[in-house]
Amino acid sequence: MTAGSTGRASTAVAQAGEPSRVRARSRRRSMPGWLRSTLLWAAVVGIVVFCLFPIYWIVNTSLKSGAQLSSGSLWPSHATLGNYRSVLRDGDFLLALRNSAIVATTTTVLAMFVGSFAAYALARLRFPFKALLLGIVLSISTFPVIAIAAPLFKLWTDIGLYDAPYGLGLILPNLVFTLPLTIFILTSFFREIPRELEEAALVDGATRIQAFTKVVFPLAAPGLVTAALLVFFAAWNEFLFAITLTSTPQARTVPAAIAFFTGSVKFEAPLGTISAASVIVMVPLVVLVLVFQKKIVAGLTAGAVKG
Amino acid sequence: MTSIAPIAAATPEPGRPSPSGTGARGRSKFGRSERRLAAMMLSPAMLLIALVAAYPIAYAVWLSLNEYSVRVPGLQRFAGADNYQAAFSGGFWGALGNTLLFTVVSVSLEVVIGLGMALAMHSAFRGRGMLRAVVLVPWATITAVTAITWRSIFEPGLGFAPQLLDKVGIGGDVVWLGERGYAMSVLILADVWKTAPFMALLLLAGLQVIPSDVYEAAKVDGATPWQRFRRITIPLLMPALLVALIFRTLDALRIFDLPAVLTDGTNGTQVLSLLAYQELTQNRLIGLGAALSVLTFAVVMLVSFLYIRFVGGNINTLTEEER
Repeated sequence: MTAGSTGRASTAVAQAGEPSRVRARSRRRSMPGWLRSTLLWAAVVGIVVFCLFPIYWIVNTSLKSGAQLSSGSLWPSHATLGNYRSVLRDGDFLLALRNSAIVATTTTVLAMFVGSFAAYALARLRFPFKALLLGIVLSISTFPVIAIAAPLFKLWTDIGLYDAPYGLGLILPNLVFTLPLTIFILTSFFREIPRELEEAALVDGATRIQAFTKVVFPLAAPGLVTAALLVFFAAWNEFLFAITLTSTPQARTVPAAIAFFTGSVKFEAPLGTISAASVIVMVPLVVLVLVFQKKIVAGLTAGAVKG
Repeated sequence: MTSIAPIAAATPEPGRPSPSGTGARGRSKFGRSERRLAAMMLSPAMLLIALVAAYPIAYAVWLSLNEYSVRVPGLQRFAGADNYQAAFSGGFWGALGNTLLFTVVSVSLEVVIGLGMALAMHSAFRGRGMLRAVVLVPWATITAVTAITWRSIFEPGLGFAPQLLDKVGIGGDVVWLGERGYAMSVLILADVWKTAPFMALLLLAGLQVIPSDVYEAAKVDGATPWQRFRRITIPLLMPALLVALIFRTLDALRIFDLPAVLTDGTNGTQVLSLLAYQELTQNRLIGLGAALSVLTFAVVMLVSFLYIRFVGGNINTLTEEER
């Protein structure tokens, strides 16, 4: 992007109407074009550095070894993949990756099923206490996780789900905390599907369930992808349940494993290895973000703007 | 799981029945079978919420009223308000103070920085897609990894920040994560890094729905850029801003991951959720841990109530006007 192009962009709003005349006038009134584009350019560079530098730093650290680690230098003088080799040989870390994959995938699939049923009812069906039910669902998203995790710690211990292998004890709590978001996003998507399509199916003799599974559900696919991505991210990231309800590598997910990498040997923290592990668990998410950025942004901002 | 879920609650008027479909077809045609179908479709979600959210909260209240033996599992006695007394004379007030300080400072910074980023992204026409992907990166970074990254940035000898800041006269040879105040500022910085871009995305979406002819009209009338920002952008952005503000505040009050990994609650960074967790799992004090969780819950609910009471009406009227 050149400085000139950002300058033009800054007055792009004006271009919508009468291109050249309006632009010329706004140029005269506000600050000079070159100053404006320089400032904008600086802001863009600032944002990129602010957002990406810490990521660069952790990648940089992951490529250092031995004495280089304690140099604090901004680039690795002898880059090595040694940290990656040792973390991929670490059985506990591989178990955590496995558990995270199981927990996040299962949570996402279940959330889509349970969430789309509830969302369809809220979007389309008429029944009493609808506002109250939606209010209850949404209020869950403001609950502090600790207020659920503390009693679940006791409950899960009593019924044997505490520290269950594959992180199985984490699926239900993750599911409940991602349901509000799922239901909210899907409800707004279902509402946008024209009623006529569904009514046509009903006229053709379909039951309401069939109308839902054969007509509405497929049409809401973009909404499902958005919701699924956000739920997957949330479940992959979840930390408090993960450390409260598990205690061994058999059950731990990635965030908990990364935290306990350091916890046990605080004074000789294997910084290089942790950084390599961090980069490994970050890559899939960053790829998802780059591929699906429009869908993710649509999901994140659904509530804030549509109202 | 904190930073995205709460946005869901942003709808100003939850149960507004959709206007179409109620009129011509009338009430009788689908009446009872429709209700039965609704009950069927909603019951899995409601059952889950009842069993894994509502019941545990109620159970937490019960746990907090009892005392549990650390040595003999299953041994317990009713203790009344003892656990709450222990919480109030123990770490509760300190943790509450830290949590409130963290919330006020980090959310204010996030609003200001997020707004600046959103305005820049809104102006930068060509690079907007690229910028949007870039600002999603901090959001997509696992919070535990965020904490480890910032810890290594400020680790004496390992990170680059202490030397860099020393050169511009900040901090000297202080161990950043090892001292009160300094540790809190690293915690706030890490949180701002992770969530200001998210705030920027919400506000950018708000900016994009402001119709451009409003600005054109203002320009024709001779409004300066500052006047346009002050009189058009800010008021029209207010609904999005308030929603983002409310839910970031509720998130910040519940903060757990960052301080847990970054400082483990040491050096003036002990927050409510983390204190409850430590009493519960490290000290095995189930009653006290439950009491602290219930108190955290109460604080968050109180703040949401205050927001709804004092700004909630605002949001409703603002969004109504927008429609």
